[in-house]
Amino acid sequence: MMNDPHTAKAFDTDLQELSRMVAEMGGLAEKQIADSVQALVKRDTDLAQRITLTDAAIDKLQREIEEHAVLTIARRQPMAVDLRDIVGALRLAGDLERIGDLAKNIAKRVIALNDEFPPPKLLRGVEHMADLVLGQLKIVLDAYAQRDDAKAMAVWRGDEQIDAMTTSVFRELLTYMMEDPRNITFCIHLMFCAKNIERMGDHATNIAETVHYIIEGRPIADKRPKGDTTAFAARRAAGER
Amino acid sequence: MSMASFAVPSVGNAVVNRNELAEKIAVRNLDFFYGDYRALKAIDVSLYQGKVTAVIGPSGCGKSTLLRILNRMYDLYPNQTATGEVMFDGENILSPALDLNLLRARVGMVFQKPTPFPMTIYENIAFGIRLYEKLPKSELDGRVEHALARAALWNEVKDKLGVSGLSLSGGQQQRLCIARTVAVRPEVILFDEPCSALDPISTAKIEELIDELKDDYTIAIVTHNMQQAARVSDFTAFMYLGELIEFGDTSHIFTSPDDRRTQDYITGRFG
Repeated sequence: MMNDPHTAKAFDTDLQELSRMVAEMGGLAEKQIADSVQALVKRDTDLAQRITLTDAAIDKLQREIEEHAVLTIARRQPMAVDLRDIVGALRLAGDLERIGDLAKNIAKRVIALNDEFPPPKLLRGVEHMADLVLGQLKIVLDAYAQRDDAKAMAVWRGDEQIDAMTTSVFRELLTYMMEDPRNITFCIHLMFCAKNIERMGDHATNIAETVHYIIEGRPIADKRPKGDTTAFAARRAAGER
Repeated sequence: MSMASFAVPSVGNAVVNRNELAEKIAVRNLDFFYGDYRALKAIDVSLYQGKVTAVIGPSGCGKSTLLRILNRMYDLYPNQTATGEVMFDGENILSPALDLNLLRARVGMVFQKPTPFPMTIYENIAFGIRLYEKLPKSELDGRVEHALARAALWNEVKDKLGVSGLSLSGGQQQRLCIARTVAVRPEVILFDEPCSALDPISTAKIEELIDELKDDYTIAIVTHNMQQAARVSDFTAFMYLGELIEFGDTSHIFTSPDDRRTQDYITGRFG
């Protein structure tokens, strides 16, 4: 749903610029996720180094979005959908910045993992999770750009699958750790990587909620299905019931 | 991850339950004609006791017309007729049998341009009171002071009650008019763009005043300033081309209105 132009055309330019900056930030965040997982799978420490540097660009964009949003509020006193647009851009920028941080954290673990060689099967699980999250993020950013509520809601519901994947990766990592204490270091790192990716998925869900709010003017009423039972998996592995 | 929680209220969590409020004025199926021209079309709207209702809409949409019906101001002009019902505490104020002087004492009005009478500050207030009541001088003094105090003007004028009301600044003149309105102890106060001729400081003082007055009165305000409507009112009515398009909680109207026309108007997308 696109809105008619404002009588004051400069207001439209302000809002479009804000959307464009968010889209740019979204593109950077997507690239950071893909790169961080590539760095992990390929054990590419150079790429990991570059990721930590690119994070600064994401942070800078977030500051620019905040500045632009605050200025637009001060200048235009936005109401209704315009106000939601601006508040939404601020929230999206916050979520995308966090996604960037999580990718950077994975990159740092790649550097720390330098001498360890986790089994490829484990890496594939993490890679698969990242693919799912990346897909979700891409769709939800499209939903934002096109103001498409149906797309946003699909992402919101789709997070369950990622949560379920996290649980299964966690379980697998636990068995490796119990098998041989020497596996613990890389397993812990991988566990954090998996958790980071799962949290990126949560941020994609947050973005879906924000997109829905921008379009509909109210928060989502349903309860989101939950697939993350990692806490339960850990308890069971530790022999609790 | 927790559900997003937004600071702005929305449909799901309406701030006030309208059913629990007392309807001070209930407009039902109101039509208004300037000669043959139908300026208001089947208006249904309520003013609630102790609440501020803002009426917004583009020029010529009928919002001032609506306000002027609520104290039968239109009676002053020929060829203007209203049909339908305007129930004020259960009594139809459109009824020809109604005592107009009494109605206007109960429903006070403040206009766009400050309109002090060309007399002293004291007399500006006392004049209105004397129309309705005979009071001894001491009591009248008390009423004048109280009215000026309610209008947040007392401290500025207490030492010069004998000077002309016209010598005051625009913002002070407007507060003088509010004091004049309050002095006759109305139940409803109608504000027709009370701040459009005032600077931001005077505007803020009037808004502060409206906030203070609303506990004791039922208030309606017509304004072209969206932010002002959003700031001072509990309910907002949006009118367009003589029709009431949307009426609801102010917080709802200004964050996510139901009607596309309301949204286009308040976001500056109209025509």
